[in-house]
Amino acid sequence: MSGFEIVFSGRPIPVRPGQTIGAALHAAGIRSWRTTRINGRPRGLFCGIGVCFDCLLTVNGEPNVRACLTVARPGDEVTTS
Amino acid sequence: MKYDLIVIGAGPAGMAAAGTAARGGLRVALVDSAAQLGGQFHRQPPPELGGGNVRDDPTHERLGRDQSIEQAIQAPAPRRDFLRLRDRLTGVDLHLGCRVWAVEPSFAVHHDGGTLTGERLLIATGAHDRVVPFPGWDLPGVMTAGGAQALLKGNLVVAGRRIAVAGTGPFLLPVAAGLAAAGARVVGVFEAARQMGALARYPAKLAEGAGYAATLARYRVPYHRGQAVVAAHGADELAKVTVAKIDDGWRAIRTREIECDALAVGYGFVPQLDLPVQLGCATTRDSDGSAIVAVDDQMRTSITGVHAAGETTGVGGAELAELDGIIAGHSITGTPLPDGVRRRRERARAFARLLHEVFPVRDGWRDRLRADTIVCRCEEVPYQAICDAQALGAVDTRSLKLLARPGMGWCQGRMCGYAVARLAGEDPPPPRRPIAQPISLQNLAAYPLRSTNDDA
Ligand SMILES: Cc1cc2nc3c(=O)[nH]c(=O)nc-3n(C[C@H](O)[C@H](O)[C@H](O)COP(=O)(O)OP(=O)(O)OC[C@H]3O[C@@H](n4cnc5c(N)ncnc54)[C@H](O)[C@@H]3O)c2cc1C
Ligand code: FES
Repeated sequence: MSGFEIVFSGRPIPVRPGQTIGAALHAAGIRSWRTTRINGRPRGLFCGIGVCFDCLLTVNGEPNVRACLTVARPGDEVTTS
Repeated sequence: MKYDLIVIGAGPAGMAAAGTAARGGLRVALVDSAAQLGGQFHRQPPPELGGGNVRDDPTHERLGRDQSIEQAIQAPAPRRDFLRLRDRLTGVDLHLGCRVWAVEPSFAVHHDGGTLTGERLLIATGAHDRVVPFPGWDLPGVMTAGGAQALLKGNLVVAGRRIAVAGTGPFLLPVAAGLAAAGARVVGVFEAARQMGALARYPAKLAEGAGYAATLARYRVPYHRGQAVVAAHGADELAKVTVAKIDDGWRAIRTREIECDALAVGYGFVPQLDLPVQLGCATTRDSDGSAIVAVDDQMRTSITGVHAAGETTGVGGAELAELDGIIAGHSITGTPLPDGVRRRRERARAFARLLHEVFPVRDGWRDRLRADTIVCRCEEVPYQAICDAQALGAVDTRSLKLLARPGMGWCQGRMCGYAVARLAGEDPPPPRRPIAQPISLQNLAAYPLRSTNDDA
Protein backbone atom coordinates (compact mmCIF):
# COMPACT_ATOMS: atom_id res chain seq x y z
CA MET A 1 0.00 0.00 0.00
CA SER A 2 1.37 3.44 -0.78
CA GLY A 3 1.23 6.42 1.54
CA PHE A 4 -1.83 8.51 2.36
CA GLU A 5 -2.69 11.64 4.29
CA ILE A 6 -4.46 12.60 7.46
CA VAL A 7 -5.47 16.11 8.39
CA PHE A 8 -4.11 17.78 11.51
CA SER A 9 -5.86 21.08 12.31
CA GLY A 10 -6.40 21.71 8.60
CA ARG A 11 -2.91 20.69 7.55
CA PRO A 12 -2.27 17.52 5.47
CA ILE A 13 0.18 15.11 7.09
CA PRO A 14 1.76 12.26 5.10
CA VAL A 15 1.48 8.78 6.62
CA ARG A 16 3.25 5.54 5.83
CA PRO A 17 0.52 2.91 6.18
CA GLY A 18 0.69 1.19 9.54
CA GLN A 19 2.12 4.18 11.39
CA THR A 20 0.38 5.59 14.44
CA ILE A 21 -1.01 9.11 14.34
CA GLY A 22 1.64 10.17 16.85
CA ALA A 23 4.46 8.73 14.75
CA ALA A 24 3.17 10.43 11.58
CA LEU A 25 2.88 13.81 13.32
CA HIS A 26 6.31 13.46 14.90
CA ALA A 27 7.85 12.46 11.56
CA ALA A 28 6.25 15.53 9.95
CA GLY A 29 8.03 17.72 12.49
CA ILE A 30 4.93 18.33 14.61
CA ARG A 31 6.14 17.38 18.05
CA SER A 32 3.40 18.82 20.21
CA TRP A 33 -0.34 18.85 19.64
CA ARG A 34 -1.98 19.87 22.86
CA THR A 35 -1.34 22.20 25.76
CA THR A 36 -1.76 21.43 29.43
CA ARG A 37 -4.74 22.66 31.45
CA ILE A 38 -2.93 24.71 34.06
CA ASN A 39 0.27 26.13 32.55
CA GLY A 40 -0.57 25.78 28.86
CA ARG A 41 2.59 23.74 28.28
CA PRO A 42 3.00 21.91 24.94
CA ARG A 43 2.80 18.11 24.94
CA GLY A 44 3.49 15.38 22.37
CA LEU A 45 5.03 11.92 22.54
CA PHE A 46 6.79 10.99 25.76
CA CYS A 47 6.55 7.31 26.73
CA GLY A 48 5.58 6.10 23.26
CA ILE A 49 3.72 3.05 24.57
CA GLY A 50 0.42 4.29 25.98
CA VAL A 51 1.45 4.80 29.59
CA CYS A 52 1.94 8.56 30.12
CA PHE A 53 -1.14 10.06 28.37
CA ASP A 54 0.87 13.09 27.25
CA CYS A 55 -0.04 12.45 23.62
CA LEU A 56 -3.83 12.79 23.85
CA LEU A 57 -5.68 14.27 20.87
CA THR A 58 -9.10 14.21 19.20
CA VAL A 59 -9.60 11.86 16.22
CA ASN A 60 -12.71 12.25 14.05
CA GLY A 61 -14.48 13.91 16.97
CA GLU A 62 -13.47 11.34 19.59
CA PRO A 63 -11.53 13.11 22.37
CA ASN A 64 -8.67 11.86 24.53
CA VAL A 65 -7.26 9.35 22.07
CA ARG A 66 -3.65 8.27 22.64
CA ALA A 67 -1.77 9.25 19.50
CA CYS A 68 1.07 6.81 20.19
CA LEU A 69 -1.24 3.78 20.11
CA THR A 70 -3.74 4.73 17.43
CA VAL A 71 -2.93 3.63 13.89
CA ALA A 72 -3.72 6.37 11.33
CA ARG A 73 -6.38 5.68 8.69
CA PRO A 74 -6.75 7.56 5.41
CA GLY A 75 -8.64 10.80 5.89
CA ASP A 76 -8.52 10.88 9.70
CA GLU A 77 -9.31 14.37 11.00
CA VAL A 78 -7.10 15.10 13.96
CA THR A 79 -7.37 18.08 16.28
CA THR A 80 -5.94 19.06 19.61
CA SER A 81 -7.73 17.59 22.65
CA MET B 1 -15.87 -20.82 25.24
CA LYS B 2 -13.77 -21.15 28.35
CA TYR B 3 -10.03 -21.34 27.74
CA ASP B 4 -7.75 -23.55 29.79
CA LEU B 5 -5.33 -20.62 29.98
CA ILE B 6 -5.44 -16.92 29.20
CA VAL B 7 -2.06 -15.26 28.79
CA ILE B 8 -2.03 -11.46 29.06
CA GLY B 9 0.95 -9.88 27.33
CA ALA B 10 2.58 -11.11 24.11
CA GLY B 11 6.19 -10.17 24.86
CA PRO B 12 8.91 -12.81 25.14
CA ALA B 13 7.47 -14.08 28.45
CA GLY B 14 3.85 -14.38 27.30
CA MET B 15 4.73 -15.82 23.89
CA ALA B 16 7.01 -18.46 25.40
CA ALA B 17 4.41 -19.43 28.00
CA ALA B 18 1.52 -19.56 25.53
CA GLY B 19 3.51 -21.67 23.07
CA THR B 20 4.66 -24.06 25.78
CA ALA B 21 1.15 -24.49 27.18
CA ALA B 22 -0.40 -25.03 23.73
CA ARG B 23 2.15 -27.74 22.95
CA GLY B 24 1.20 -29.33 26.25
CA GLY B 25 -2.35 -29.66 24.91
CA LEU B 26 -4.12 -26.70 26.52
CA ARG B 27 -6.59 -24.36 24.83
CA VAL B 28 -4.78 -21.04 25.11
CA ALA B 29 -5.72 -17.42 24.45
CA LEU B 30 -2.93 -14.86 24.09
CA VAL B 31 -4.10 -11.25 24.61
CA ASP B 32 -2.20 -8.05 23.94
CA SER B 33 -3.17 -4.42 23.50
CA ALA B 34 -0.69 -4.12 20.65
CA ALA B 35 -1.71 -5.16 17.14
CA GLN B 36 1.53 -7.12 16.71
CA LEU B 37 3.13 -9.94 18.66
CA GLY B 38 6.49 -9.37 20.31
CA GLY B 39 6.08 -6.99 23.26
CA GLN B 40 8.87 -4.46 23.76
CA PHE B 41 12.01 -6.39 22.92
CA HIS B 42 10.56 -8.07 19.82
CA ARG B 43 8.43 -5.12 18.74
CA GLN B 44 7.60 -5.53 15.02
CA PRO B 45 6.46 -2.88 12.58
CA PRO B 46 3.01 -3.64 11.19
CA PRO B 47 2.95 -5.63 7.92
CA GLU B 48 2.05 -2.52 5.91
CA LEU B 49 5.40 -1.04 6.96
CA GLY B 50 7.20 -4.19 5.90
CA GLY B 51 7.18 -5.95 9.28
CA GLY B 52 7.53 -9.70 9.13
CA ASN B 53 9.47 -9.64 5.85
CA VAL B 54 12.46 -11.88 6.02
CA ARG B 55 14.86 -9.95 3.86
CA ASP B 56 18.46 -10.78 3.06
CA ASP B 57 19.98 -7.50 4.07
CA PRO B 58 18.60 -6.04 7.28
CA THR B 59 21.13 -3.20 7.46
CA HIS B 60 19.95 0.36 7.30
CA GLU B 61 21.19 2.78 4.68
CA ARG B 62 22.94 5.85 5.99
CA LEU B 63 21.10 9.02 5.07
CA GLY B 64 22.08 11.42 2.36
CA ARG B 65 21.88 15.08 3.31
CA ASP B 66 18.70 15.90 1.41
CA GLN B 67 16.93 12.66 2.16
CA SER B 68 14.25 12.69 4.79
CA ILE B 69 14.96 10.24 7.57
CA GLU B 70 11.60 8.60 7.17
CA GLN B 71 12.06 7.74 3.51
CA ALA B 72 15.25 5.92 4.20
CA ILE B 73 14.27 3.56 7.00
CA GLN B 74 13.23 0.07 6.00
CA ALA B 75 11.85 -2.57 8.30
CA PRO B 76 14.67 -4.85 9.47
CA ALA B 77 14.23 -8.60 9.18
CA PRO B 78 12.66 -10.12 12.28
CA ARG B 79 15.12 -11.78 14.63
CA ARG B 80 15.33 -15.53 14.50
CA ASP B 81 14.43 -15.91 18.16
CA PHE B 82 11.22 -13.95 17.53
CA LEU B 83 10.28 -16.21 14.60
CA ARG B 84 10.90 -19.26 16.80
CA LEU B 85 8.62 -17.88 19.52
CA ARG B 86 5.97 -17.01 16.92
CA ASP B 87 6.10 -20.39 15.19
CA ARG B 88 5.49 -22.17 18.47
CA LEU B 89 2.15 -20.40 18.83
CA THR B 90 0.37 -22.84 16.49
CA GLY B 91 -3.08 -23.50 17.91
CA VAL B 92 -3.06 -20.46 20.22
CA ASP B 93 -5.99 -18.03 19.79
CA LEU B 94 -4.52 -14.56 19.31
CA HIS B 95 -6.48 -11.60 20.66
CA LEU B 96 -4.34 -8.71 19.48
CA GLY B 97 -5.37 -5.08 19.77
CA CYS B 98 -7.27 -5.98 22.97
CA ARG B 99 -6.46 -3.78 25.96
CA VAL B 100 -7.25 -5.53 29.24
CA TRP B 101 -8.67 -3.12 31.78
CA ALA B 102 -9.83 -5.48 34.49
CA VAL B 103 -9.53 -9.09 35.57
CA GLU B 104 -11.96 -10.74 37.93
CA PRO B 105 -11.37 -13.78 40.10
CA SER B 106 -12.46 -17.00 38.38
CA PHE B 107 -11.19 -15.62 35.66
CA ALA B 108 -13.03 -13.12 33.51
CA VAL B 109 -10.67 -10.96 31.50
CA HIS B 110 -12.32 -7.73 30.36
CA HIS B 111 -10.75 -6.04 27.35
CA ASP B 112 -11.98 -3.15 25.27
CA GLY B 113 -13.48 -5.54 22.72
CA GLY B 114 -15.23 -7.94 25.10
CA THR B 115 -14.62 -10.52 27.81
CA LEU B 116 -12.70 -13.81 27.80
CA THR B 117 -12.98 -16.48 30.46
CA GLY B 118 -10.39 -19.03 31.46
CA GLU B 119 -9.55 -21.69 34.03
CA ARG B 120 -6.17 -20.10 34.65
CA LEU B 121 -4.34 -16.93 34.00
CA LEU B 122 -0.81 -15.96 33.21
CA ILE B 123 0.19 -12.32 33.57
CA ALA B 124 3.13 -11.14 31.48
CA THR B 125 2.48 -7.43 31.11
CA GLY B 126 6.14 -6.37 31.23
CA ALA B 127 7.40 -2.97 32.36
CA HIS B 128 7.59 0.67 31.37
CA ASP B 129 10.44 3.18 31.50
CA ARG B 130 11.49 4.59 34.86
CA VAL B 131 11.91 8.35 34.67
CA VAL B 132 13.05 11.02 37.11
CA PRO B 133 12.16 14.69 36.74
CA PHE B 134 14.66 17.41 35.87
CA PRO B 135 14.16 21.01 34.70
CA GLY B 136 12.71 21.02 31.18
CA TRP B 137 11.88 17.29 31.05
CA ASP B 138 8.37 18.04 29.86
CA LEU B 139 9.54 19.82 26.68
CA PRO B 140 8.44 18.14 23.43
CA GLY B 141 11.46 16.35 22.02
CA VAL B 142 12.28 14.79 25.38
CA MET B 143 11.15 11.16 25.28
CA THR B 144 11.74 8.05 27.30
CA ALA B 145 14.47 5.80 25.93
CA GLY B 146 11.91 3.02 25.44
CA GLY B 147 9.58 5.46 23.73
CA ALA B 148 12.25 6.48 21.23
CA GLN B 149 12.99 2.80 20.67
CA ALA B 150 9.31 1.93 20.16
CA LEU B 151 8.91 4.82 17.71
CA LEU B 152 11.80 3.47 15.67
CA LYS B 153 11.04 -0.26 15.92
CA GLY B 154 7.28 -0.03 15.52
CA ASN B 155 6.89 2.99 13.22
CA LEU B 156 10.29 3.37 11.55
CA VAL B 157 10.42 6.97 12.74
CA VAL B 158 13.56 8.47 14.28
CA ALA B 159 12.83 10.66 17.31
CA GLY B 160 14.97 13.55 16.01
CA ARG B 161 17.95 14.56 13.89
CA ARG B 162 20.42 15.34 16.70
CA ILE B 163 19.70 13.09 19.62
CA ALA B 164 21.19 12.77 23.09
CA VAL B 165 20.71 9.43 24.89
CA ALA B 166 20.91 9.57 28.67
CA GLY B 167 20.07 7.79 31.90
CA THR B 168 21.43 4.54 33.20
CA GLY B 169 21.51 0.89 32.23
CA PRO B 170 22.54 -1.39 29.39
CA PHE B 171 19.38 -0.49 27.46
CA LEU B 172 20.90 2.86 26.46
CA LEU B 173 23.29 0.99 24.15
CA PRO B 174 20.77 -0.60 21.75
CA VAL B 175 18.75 2.62 21.77
CA ALA B 176 21.74 4.75 20.75
CA ALA B 177 23.01 2.17 18.26
CA GLY B 178 19.60 1.81 16.64
CA LEU B 179 19.11 5.56 16.29
CA ALA B 180 22.59 6.07 14.85
CA ALA B 181 22.19 3.21 12.37
CA ALA B 182 18.84 4.64 11.29
CA GLY B 183 20.49 7.89 10.30
CA ALA B 184 20.18 10.17 13.33
CA ARG B 185 23.18 12.06 14.63
CA VAL B 186 23.56 10.76 18.19
CA VAL B 187 25.50 13.46 20.03
CA GLY B 188 26.39 11.20 22.91
CA VAL B 189 25.34 8.53 25.38
CA PHE B 190 25.42 9.91 28.92
CA GLU B 191 25.53 6.98 31.32
CA ALA B 192 25.32 7.86 35.00
CA ALA B 193 27.13 4.73 36.18
CA ARG B 194 30.90 4.63 36.21
CA GLN B 195 32.09 1.24 37.43
CA MET B 196 31.11 -1.63 35.14
CA GLY B 197 33.96 -4.07 35.65
CA ALA B 198 31.75 -6.58 37.45
CA LEU B 199 29.94 -7.33 34.19
CA ALA B 200 33.05 -9.11 32.90
CA ARG B 201 31.83 -12.22 34.72
CA TYR B 202 29.28 -12.68 31.91
CA PRO B 203 31.26 -13.03 28.67
CA ALA B 204 28.19 -13.58 26.46
CA LYS B 205 26.59 -10.37 27.70
CA LEU B 206 29.87 -8.55 27.34
CA ALA B 207 30.06 -9.65 23.70
CA GLU B 208 26.55 -8.32 23.12
CA GLY B 209 27.59 -4.98 24.62
CA ALA B 210 30.74 -4.97 22.48
CA GLY B 211 28.57 -5.35 19.37
CA TYR B 212 26.66 -2.19 20.27
CA ALA B 213 29.90 -0.41 21.18
CA ALA B 214 31.24 -1.24 17.71
CA THR B 215 28.13 0.30 16.11
CA LEU B 216 28.53 3.41 18.26
CA ALA B 217 32.19 3.65 17.23
CA ARG B 218 31.29 3.27 13.55
CA TYR B 219 28.93 6.24 13.81
CA ARG B 220 31.34 8.20 16.07
CA VAL B 221 28.93 8.29 18.99
CA PRO B 222 30.78 9.09 22.24
CA TYR B 223 29.86 7.01 25.29
CA HIS B 224 30.38 8.96 28.53
CA ARG B 225 30.30 7.31 31.93
CA GLY B 226 29.58 9.22 35.11
CA GLN B 227 27.60 11.87 33.25
CA ALA B 228 23.95 12.86 33.19
CA VAL B 229 21.58 15.23 31.46
CA VAL B 230 20.58 17.58 34.28
CA ALA B 231 18.38 20.06 32.37
CA ALA B 232 16.62 20.46 29.03
CA HIS B 233 16.10 23.84 27.38
CA GLY B 234 13.96 25.29 24.63
CA ALA B 235 10.98 27.58 24.14
CA ASP B 236 8.28 25.24 22.84
CA GLU B 237 10.57 22.37 21.89
CA LEU B 238 13.87 20.93 22.98
CA ALA B 239 16.84 22.92 21.64
CA LYS B 240 19.69 21.89 23.96
CA VAL B 241 20.51 19.98 27.11
CA THR B 242 22.84 20.63 30.03
CA VAL B 243 25.12 17.67 30.63
CA ALA B 244 27.01 17.28 33.89
CA LYS B 245 29.80 15.16 35.22
CA ILE B 246 28.32 13.64 38.36
CA ASP B 247 29.81 12.19 41.52
CA ASP B 248 28.93 8.84 43.07
CA GLY B 249 25.84 10.33 44.69
CA TRP B 250 24.84 11.84 41.29
CA ARG B 251 25.47 15.44 42.31
CA ALA B 252 26.54 17.60 39.37
CA ILE B 253 30.21 18.59 39.35
CA ARG B 254 30.86 20.39 36.08
CA THR B 255 28.36 21.19 33.34
CA ARG B 256 28.32 21.93 29.61
CA GLU B 257 25.59 22.51 27.07
CA ILE B 258 24.93 20.44 23.96
CA GLU B 259 22.54 21.30 21.16
CA CYS B 260 20.07 18.61 20.19
CA ASP B 261 16.45 18.36 19.06
CA ALA B 262 15.67 15.11 20.87
CA LEU B 263 16.61 13.45 24.14
CA ALA B 264 15.96 9.77 24.85
CA VAL B 265 16.20 9.31 28.60
CA GLY B 266 15.63 6.27 30.80
CA TYR B 267 16.65 5.15 34.26
CA GLY B 268 15.71 1.49 34.00
CA PHE B 269 12.18 0.10 34.10
CA VAL B 270 9.17 -0.18 36.40
CA PRO B 271 7.21 -3.46 36.35
CA GLN B 272 3.53 -3.12 35.35
CA LEU B 273 1.57 -4.54 38.25
CA ASP B 274 -1.96 -3.22 37.77
CA LEU B 275 -3.61 -6.52 36.89
CA PRO B 276 -1.87 -8.77 39.44
CA VAL B 277 -2.55 -6.22 42.20
CA GLN B 278 -6.20 -6.06 41.10
CA LEU B 279 -6.38 -9.82 41.55
CA GLY B 280 -4.82 -9.59 45.00
CA CYS B 281 -1.52 -11.27 44.10
CA ALA B 282 1.08 -10.74 46.81
CA THR B 283 3.94 -8.43 45.88
CA THR B 284 7.51 -8.23 47.05
CA ARG B 285 10.61 -6.11 46.35
CA ASP B 286 13.18 -6.67 43.62
CA SER B 287 16.82 -6.01 44.48
CA ASP B 288 16.45 -2.47 43.05
CA GLY B 289 13.54 -1.71 45.39
CA SER B 290 10.86 -2.05 42.68
CA ALA B 291 7.56 -3.62 43.63
CA ILE B 292 7.17 -6.94 41.76
CA VAL B 293 4.72 -9.85 41.78
CA ALA B 294 5.87 -12.51 44.21
CA VAL B 295 6.24 -15.91 42.50
CA ASP B 296 7.61 -19.29 43.56
CA ASP B 297 10.06 -21.34 41.49
CA GLN B 298 7.16 -22.47 39.26
CA MET B 299 6.18 -18.83 38.56
CA ARG B 300 2.99 -19.29 40.63
CA THR B 301 1.64 -16.18 42.34
CA SER B 302 -0.07 -16.24 45.74
CA ILE B 303 -3.47 -16.58 44.01
CA THR B 304 -4.40 -20.11 42.97
CA GLY B 305 -4.60 -20.40 39.20
CA VAL B 306 -2.61 -17.26 38.49
CA HIS B 307 0.96 -17.41 37.20
CA ALA B 308 3.16 -14.44 36.33
CA ALA B 309 6.25 -14.28 34.13
CA GLY B 310 8.66 -11.78 32.64
CA GLU B 311 9.30 -8.29 33.90
CA THR B 312 6.18 -8.13 36.08
CA THR B 313 8.21 -10.48 38.30
CA GLY B 314 11.41 -8.42 38.09
CA VAL B 315 13.18 -6.43 35.40
CA GLY B 316 15.91 -8.45 33.72
CA GLY B 317 15.59 -8.30 29.94
CA ALA B 318 14.17 -10.46 27.20
CA GLU B 319 16.15 -13.65 27.73
CA LEU B 320 15.11 -13.93 31.38
CA ALA B 321 11.52 -13.10 30.45
CA GLU B 322 11.43 -15.89 27.88
CA LEU B 323 12.90 -18.42 30.33
CA ASP B 324 10.30 -17.36 32.92
CA GLY B 325 7.61 -17.99 30.32
CA ILE B 326 8.90 -21.47 29.52
CA ILE B 327 8.98 -22.40 33.21
CA ALA B 328 5.48 -21.02 33.75
CA GLY B 329 4.18 -22.92 30.72
CA HIS B 330 5.58 -26.23 31.93
CA SER B 331 4.31 -25.61 35.44
CA ILE B 332 0.79 -24.99 34.09
CA THR B 333 0.75 -28.09 31.87
CA GLY B 334 2.56 -30.25 34.43
CA THR B 335 5.16 -31.26 31.86
CA PRO B 336 8.85 -31.67 32.73
CA LEU B 337 11.20 -28.75 32.09
CA PRO B 338 13.75 -29.30 29.33
CA ASP B 339 17.32 -29.76 30.56
CA GLY B 340 19.20 -26.63 31.35
CA VAL B 341 16.26 -24.22 31.47
CA ARG B 342 16.38 -23.77 35.21
CA ARG B 343 20.14 -23.33 35.26
CA ARG B 344 19.98 -20.75 32.45
CA ARG B 345 17.25 -18.92 34.30
CA GLU B 346 19.27 -18.83 37.55
CA ARG B 347 22.17 -17.35 35.62
CA ALA B 348 19.98 -14.77 33.86
CA ARG B 349 18.38 -13.82 37.18
CA ALA B 350 21.81 -13.42 38.80
CA PHE B 351 22.86 -11.20 35.88
CA ALA B 352 19.73 -9.09 36.35
CA ARG B 353 20.62 -8.61 40.03
CA LEU B 354 24.13 -7.59 39.03
CA LEU B 355 22.71 -5.02 36.59
CA HIS B 356 20.67 -3.51 39.41
CA GLU B 357 23.92 -3.18 41.41
CA VAL B 358 26.00 -1.75 38.57
CA PHE B 359 23.30 0.64 37.32
CA PRO B 360 21.55 1.93 40.45
CA VAL B 361 19.51 5.13 40.57
CA ARG B 362 21.00 7.47 43.17
CA ASP B 363 18.96 10.13 44.91
CA GLY B 364 21.26 12.94 43.72
CA TRP B 365 18.79 13.61 40.87
CA ARG B 366 16.71 15.43 43.50
CA ASP B 367 19.33 18.22 43.64
CA ARG B 368 18.38 19.29 40.11
CA LEU B 369 14.78 20.09 41.00
CA ARG B 370 13.92 23.77 41.11
CA ALA B 371 10.80 25.24 42.71
CA ASP B 372 9.02 25.31 39.33
CA THR B 373 10.24 21.95 37.99
CA ILE B 374 7.20 19.83 37.17
CA VAL B 375 7.25 16.57 39.14
CA CYS B 376 3.85 15.19 38.03
CA ARG B 377 3.33 15.84 34.32
CA CYS B 378 -0.42 15.14 34.37
CA GLU B 379 -1.52 17.31 37.28
CA GLU B 380 1.38 19.74 36.69
CA VAL B 381 2.55 19.56 40.28
CA PRO B 382 5.76 21.59 40.72
CA TYR B 383 8.50 20.60 43.15
CA GLN B 384 7.54 23.57 45.34
CA ALA B 385 4.10 22.03 45.96
CA ILE B 386 5.78 18.81 47.12
CA CYS B 387 7.98 20.81 49.50
CA ASP B 388 4.95 22.76 50.79
CA ALA B 389 3.08 19.52 51.47
CA GLN B 390 6.11 18.13 53.28
CA ALA B 391 6.29 21.30 55.40
CA LEU B 392 2.64 20.67 56.31
CA GLY B 393 3.60 17.25 57.61
CA ALA B 394 3.07 15.00 54.60
CA VAL B 395 5.94 12.66 55.33
CA ASP B 396 4.99 9.57 53.32
CA THR B 397 4.04 8.96 49.69
CA ARG B 398 0.37 8.55 50.47
CA SER B 399 -0.08 11.82 52.31
CA LEU B 400 2.06 13.64 49.73
CA LYS B 401 -0.39 12.45 47.08
CA LEU B 402 -3.40 13.50 49.08
CA LEU B 403 -2.03 16.98 49.77
CA ALA B 404 -0.16 17.92 46.59
CA ARG B 405 -1.94 15.56 44.15
CA PRO B 406 1.00 14.14 42.22
CA GLY B 407 0.00 10.89 40.51
CA MET B 408 -3.72 11.69 40.56
CA GLY B 409 -4.04 12.46 36.83
CA TRP B 410 -4.43 10.47 33.63
CA CYS B 411 -1.38 8.25 34.01
CA GLN B 412 -2.28 7.40 37.60
CA GLY B 413 1.26 7.93 38.83
CA ARG B 414 2.96 5.63 36.36
CA MET B 415 5.36 8.41 35.33
CA CYS B 416 5.97 10.24 38.63
CA GLY B 417 5.39 7.36 41.09
CA TYR B 418 9.05 6.53 41.46
CA ALA B 419 10.11 10.16 41.92
CA VAL B 420 7.37 11.03 44.43
CA ALA B 421 8.16 7.97 46.53
CA ARG B 422 11.88 8.77 46.58
CA LEU B 423 11.12 12.38 47.51
CA ALA B 424 9.28 10.93 50.49
CA GLY B 425 12.31 8.73 51.17
CA GLU B 426 10.46 5.49 50.37
CA ASP B 427 10.58 2.75 47.77
CA PRO B 428 7.55 3.07 45.49
CA PRO B 429 4.53 1.19 46.85
CA PRO B 430 2.77 -1.32 44.55
CA PRO B 431 0.11 0.47 42.49
CA ARG B 432 -3.57 0.32 43.38
CA ARG B 433 -5.53 1.00 40.22
CA PRO B 434 -8.98 -0.57 40.07
CA ILE B 435 -9.04 0.10 36.33
CA ALA B 436 -5.84 -0.75 34.48
CA GLN B 437 -6.74 1.16 31.31
CA PRO B 438 -9.18 3.98 30.56
CA ILE B 439 -12.42 2.52 29.23
CA SER B 440 -15.78 3.64 27.95
CA LEU B 441 -18.57 4.33 30.44
CA GLN B 442 -20.58 1.59 28.76
CA ASN B 443 -17.94 -0.99 29.63
CA LEU B 444 -17.55 0.42 33.11
CA ALA B 445 -21.31 0.38 33.79
CA ALA B 446 -21.30 -3.37 33.23
CA TYR B 447 -18.50 -3.92 35.71
CA PRO B 448 -18.99 -4.27 39.47
CA LEU B 449 -16.38 -2.04 41.09
CA ARG B 450 -15.01 -3.56 44.23
CA SER B 451 -12.73 -0.83 45.47
CA THR B 452 -12.47 2.91 45.34
CA ASN B 453 -9.76 4.96 43.75
CA ASP B 454 -7.94 5.90 46.93
CA ASP B 455 -4.66 4.96 45.34
CA ALA B 456 -1.80 5.23 47.78
C1 LIG C 1 9.09 1.04 25.70
C2 LIG C 1 10.08 -0.07 25.94
C3 LIG C 1 10.93 -0.47 24.90
C4 LIG C 1 11.85 -1.49 25.11
N1 LIG C 1 12.67 -1.85 24.08
C5 LIG C 1 13.63 -2.79 24.30
C6 LIG C 1 14.57 -3.11 23.27
O1 LIG C 1 14.49 -2.59 22.16
N2 LIG C 1 15.57 -3.98 23.56
C7 LIG C 1 15.68 -4.55 24.79
O2 LIG C 1 16.61 -5.32 25.03
N3 LIG C 1 14.79 -4.30 25.77
C8 LIG C 1 13.79 -3.42 25.56
N4 LIG C 1 12.92 -3.10 26.56
C9 LIG C 1 13.02 -3.85 27.83
C10 LIG C 1 11.90 -4.93 27.87
O3 LIG C 1 11.13 -4.61 28.98
C11 LIG C 1 12.41 -6.36 27.90
O4 LIG C 1 13.47 -6.53 27.01
C12 LIG C 1 11.37 -7.44 27.51
O5 LIG C 1 10.62 -7.04 26.39
C13 LIG C 1 10.46 -7.81 28.64
O6 LIG C 1 9.64 -8.90 28.24
P1 LIG C 1 8.22 -9.20 28.90
O7 LIG C 1 7.67 -10.36 28.15
O8 LIG C 1 8.36 -9.31 30.35
O9 LIG C 1 7.33 -7.90 28.64
P2 LIG C 1 7.06 -7.00 27.34
O10 LIG C 1 7.95 -7.33 26.24
O11 LIG C 1 7.02 -5.62 27.85
O12 LIG C 1 5.58 -7.43 26.92
C14 LIG C 1 4.47 -7.10 27.69
C15 LIG C 1 3.27 -7.02 26.79
O13 LIG C 1 2.10 -6.88 27.58
C16 LIG C 1 1.21 -6.02 26.94
N5 LIG C 1 0.31 -5.43 27.94
C17 LIG C 1 0.64 -4.73 29.05
N6 LIG C 1 -0.46 -4.37 29.73
C18 LIG C 1 -1.51 -4.84 29.02
C19 LIG C 1 -2.93 -4.77 29.20
N7 LIG C 1 -3.48 -4.15 30.25
N8 LIG C 1 -3.71 -5.35 28.26
C20 LIG C 1 -3.18 -5.99 27.18
N9 LIG C 1 -1.85 -6.09 26.97
C21 LIG C 1 -1.03 -5.52 27.88
C22 LIG C 1 2.08 -5.00 26.26
O14 LIG C 1 1.42 -4.43 25.15
C23 LIG C 1 3.30 -5.82 25.85
O15 LIG C 1 3.21 -6.25 24.52
C24 LIG C 1 11.94 -2.11 26.38
C25 LIG C 1 11.08 -1.71 27.41
C26 LIG C 1 10.16 -0.70 27.20
C27 LIG C 1 9.25 -0.30 28.31
S1 FES D 1 3.21 8.96 24.41
FE1 FES D 1 2.75 8.25 26.42
S2 FES D 1 0.68 7.64 26.18
FE2 FES D 1 1.20 8.20 24.18
